Amino acid sequence: MDPRYVLLLSAVLFSLGVVGVLLRRGAITILMCIELMLNAGNLAFVTFARQAGTAEAQVYVFFVMTLAAAEAAVGLAITIALFRLRESTDIDQIRLLKW
Amino acid sequence: MSGGALEAAAFFVLAVLTVASALVVITHRNPVVCALALAFHLVGIAGLFLLLGSQFLALLQVIVYAGAIMVLILFVVMLLNLGEETRAGSHGRIQAWLAPVLALALAAVLGKAVLSGPAQAAVTPGSGYGTAGTVGQELFARFFYPFEVLSLLLVAAMIGAVLLAKKRV
Repeated sequence: MDPRYVLLLSAVLFSLGVVGVLLRRGAITILMCIELMLNAGNLAFVTFARQAGTAEAQVYVFFVMTLAAAEAAVGLAITIALFRLRESTDIDQIRLLKW
Repeated sequence: MSGGALEAAAFFVLAVLTVASALVVITHRNPVVCALALAFHLVGIAGLFLLLGSQFLALLQVIVYAGAIMVLILFVVMLLNLGEETRAGSHGRIQAWLAPVLALALAAVLGKAVLSGPAQAAVTPGSGYGTAGTVGQELFARFFYPFEVLSLLLVAAMIGAVLLAKKRV
């Protein structure tokens, strides 16, 4: 199987994640779309690892997964704190720093 | 059916599954449905990892992503009892129109960059490729210090999450 097709799929999935972050207004859904993008990156890493035949890029994927777990934990905690303050997770209503 | 054709068919099925579930994640208004579609997506990615010979990472993907992170997200969605997302205001409509166009442009640029390279034959990996043994050896030999920094980061994230989410006393 040509690795370019896998990379193409990874590019498409990454773009879908970008659309989600730009379109959605719920904070949790935006976090989910960030996970989509991270996974698309992981897919590209695994493809490169397969072509190189080494474990190096697989270790990078391992690191990205750990970072994603940390990001999800902190992001969801911020969402909960935000919900307590505003009774909503709609990011359009959080505009104190926006001019 | 030959091995190559079988592999291509599996790749096609998994590609359709991942793209379709990603579309549901970015379009459905109910966050619970989005989370379940994301779980499907993550399992599909794990299948792709398996197809590419990274069996250890496929297992990690299911345990860490589809297990731990999805439970966390679903737990918060249900804890906050979120309803359907509100419709966009007037300024949101321009964004809703512009975002898919720009993302399509991004996909076109990325796709062109990928496809402009020469066609490559798939490499058949050596024995032991993608097992926990080889990945772990690389992790603890060459990436030992980054690994330790990462464990510090996880501790910091854990304490930060507890501090951020707890009620003021």
